[in-house]
Amino acid sequence: MSIIYVLITVSVIVAIIFFIAFVYSVKKGQYDDTYTPSVRMLFEDELVKPKKEQEKSDNKEIIQTSNQ
Amino acid sequence: MENCYHCGDACRDTTIEHQEKFFCCNGCKTVFDILNENDLTYYYDLQTTPGKTPLDIEGRFDFLDNQHIIHQLLEFDEQDTQIVSFVIPHIHCSSCIWVLENLNKLHPAVKNAQVNFPQKSIRVTYNSTEINLKELVLLLCKIGYEPNISLEDFNKKEKKIDRSLIYKLGVAGFAFGNIMFLSFPEYFEVSEFWLEQFKHLFRWLMFAFAIPVVFYSGRDYFVSAYKGLRSNILNIDVPIAIGIAVLFLRSTLEIAMDWGTGFFDSLAGLVFFLLLGKFFQQKTYAFLSFERDYKSYFPIAITQLSKQEEVQTPVYELRPGNRILIRNNELIPTDGILIKGSALIDYSFVTGEAAPVAKQSGDKIYAGGRQQAGIIEVEVTKEVEQSYLTQLWNNEVFSKNKATTFENLTDQISRRFTVSILSIAVIATGIWLFIDASIAFNVFTAVLIVACPCAIALAAPFTLGNMLRIFGKRKLYLKESSVIEQMAHIDTVVFDKTGTLTTHNKNLITYQGISLTEDEQKVLTSTLRASNHPLSRALYELLQDNDICTLDDFTEETGKGIEGIYGKTSVKVGSFAFVGNKNQQPETTDTQVHISTNDGYKGSYVFYNTYREGMQKLFSELSNTANLIVLSGDNDGEKKFLKTQLPQSAQLKFNQKPDDKLNYIKRLQQQGKKVMMVGDGLNDAGALAQSNVGIAVSEDVNVFSPACDGIIDASKLRVLSEFMALSQKSIRIIKYAFVFSLFYNLIGLGFAVTGNLAPVVAAILMPLSSISIVVFTTICTYLLGRKSIT
Repeated sequence: MSIIYVLITVSVIVAIIFFIAFVYSVKKGQYDDTYTPSVRMLFEDELVKPKKEQEKSDNKEIIQTSNQ
Repeated sequence: MENCYHCGDACRDTTIEHQEKFFCCNGCKTVFDILNENDLTYYYDLQTTPGKTPLDIEGRFDFLDNQHIIHQLLEFDEQDTQIVSFVIPHIHCSSCIWVLENLNKLHPAVKNAQVNFPQKSIRVTYNSTEINLKELVLLLCKIGYEPNISLEDFNKKEKKIDRSLIYKLGVAGFAFGNIMFLSFPEYFEVSEFWLEQFKHLFRWLMFAFAIPVVFYSGRDYFVSAYKGLRSNILNIDVPIAIGIAVLFLRSTLEIAMDWGTGFFDSLAGLVFFLLLGKFFQQKTYAFLSFERDYKSYFPIAITQLSKQEEVQTPVYELRPGNRILIRNNELIPTDGILIKGSALIDYSFVTGEAAPVAKQSGDKIYAGGRQQAGIIEVEVTKEVEQSYLTQLWNNEVFSKNKATTFENLTDQISRRFTVSILSIAVIATGIWLFIDASIAFNVFTAVLIVACPCAIALAAPFTLGNMLRIFGKRKLYLKESSVIEQMAHIDTVVFDKTGTLTTHNKNLITYQGISLTEDEQKVLTSTLRASNHPLSRALYELLQDNDICTLDDFTEETGKGIEGIYGKTSVKVGSFAFVGNKNQQPETTDTQVHISTNDGYKGSYVFYNTYREGMQKLFSELSNTANLIVLSGDNDGEKKFLKTQLPQSAQLKFNQKPDDKLNYIKRLQQQGKKVMMVGDGLNDAGALAQSNVGIAVSEDVNVFSPACDGIIDASKLRVLSEFMALSQKSIRIIKYAFVFSLFYNLIGLGFAVTGNLAPVVAAILMPLSSISIVVFTTICTYLLGRKSIT
């Protein structure tokens, strides 16, 4: 049963690693602004191919104006 | 009528059709063009009409040429890289985030731009050899995102965000989880062979985890209890600190002596829940500031004239004798004497006086006013920090902390609670000493452990924290949750008049005199249209349905009036003397604009302040529970009207200077009154700080409001009485929660005084009582929030 010493040591070390990760993330300010990243995430596609977006958005605008 | 594709305003005077879209002005169209050229039109897809008309900024950011000022504003400046942060009040939607974070598309020198949406701020990293700070600011202005740079940003110290509570919570949560796992085996399998072998290891591991919980996470409770005891107050932290200490000592003793497992899991759980309550209560509104003073209202630099040259000088460097230049719409940063030009100064924010004041050269002018007409030259007579306005901040109320003088409900309960718990512990121990002395120590510690008022300590944070959010949704933003408790005790409500009861932007205008012919009206409207004076613009708004003609001649005499000529008709608009009336001016306290056509006096437009909607109802509702007082910095021109609005018992005071307001409230408090001050301007700042609860009324919560305990959106002022009723109800919820948690304490005490408090009982009872209190208060506040229709 002395394997339990190893298991406990390992589990405590894993727990402490996660704890250090938590402290690190707080220190880096990851919890300071919890809103903007959630919006920013959705923009990724638009950043890659702005040219295509341009065409698409042009079409949309025409529809919008004709609706007005 | 079309709406502008960029800003969404109705296109009134002009409609520009461009690429099948409509724009209300060239400014909006230019922004669209800039974004279009740079493939950034996705801006308009994310959100319709997200933009803002770029304002005329000519010369306003010239101070950014001054290296000293730039140095103060920069966060980082090394080699070619500079980092700067701005607050941009217009940030309001996902389009804003998107376009600002794509700033590098507009200028390649921008390396990185990151928006913090809750704070409405942007942090830009850029290459300073290719773009300088001024160009960057101008770029932002060009697309309608004008940064707000005020005196407050000057001498900005490295902002330190206090994250210690998150760390403490993290430590407590981490330890709580691990201790729980380690204590489980002993709760269920009491005498199995292998457990007997390992339980000592488990126990000492628990002890190791508990050490940081007690000495790091729980440290604040010991400090606070010590401070309380030193000033002879039994606050809620005293029984909590006793509880934590006893839990730790007894548990350590138990495992050292091999008596049992100890209460380490209850200990860690207790601290974790308490800190959770604190964390929950801590929510503040990142984009609002409740600590503002004149500094966030004042400009950072001003145009100084030295040897006939215009130099941008930081306002702190102004010395008596300096000459400064103040342009249209600029703020006067310090007291001085008008040298050149005629001034028309809007002091509404400082004195509460609604109408702009005209000044001639040689007159004294005071800090805080906004110049409304043309350029003036001023000789400085006092340094910025010595001016009439800024001296208000030297008053001791601004350095006093309000919270320390207020004993909250929890502390009131805790006083009685602590005394009774200690006496129960002593009595029970005394009795057990006669029956069975061996467990007397057990009983004594058990009582102190089980009586630890975790649930009581949680009732207020969760109730008030929830209410804070409910208030916030209804646009009353409070500085901290304790303000709600203060609000529940208010018995006197003091209102400011200008800007608080009345609106800044809407005026009621009536015409008195001989009616004008159609031609005269046409010329009048055209004349008004050409003028930028605020009164002209207000009048033009009223008359804009009339026809317009192109004037043959237009002259504006700053500070006096305007004249327009078309064909045979000439119209003069302005002050009584200007329109050429030889009669004696009738005495009046209202703001008037006089009209004459072809030198014949016709009549005048009288401007009345418009009162916000629902004020009369608010007054009558409030008067049931509180005394009402109106303190106005304005003259008593509207006394009669106010009398009709207010209940009989209300008091009215006019011509109150900022100091008078502060002292008036102080006197009320000396009579034992709990005073709420509702104000809006810098002139109310002292009164807001002195009062028990200072509420600032704001048309737009993003722009300046003086230091206060809460900011209320102007549209919600009419339901202020509902907010007060809600705060009273939340106090009632807390009281119910106290009764509820006392019930748990009694059960626990039953176990404790009979000497039956097993660790597993404590481990169940403590979290159970905490969680049920949290659930109870959350449900109650939720129902309360849903019931109140606002």
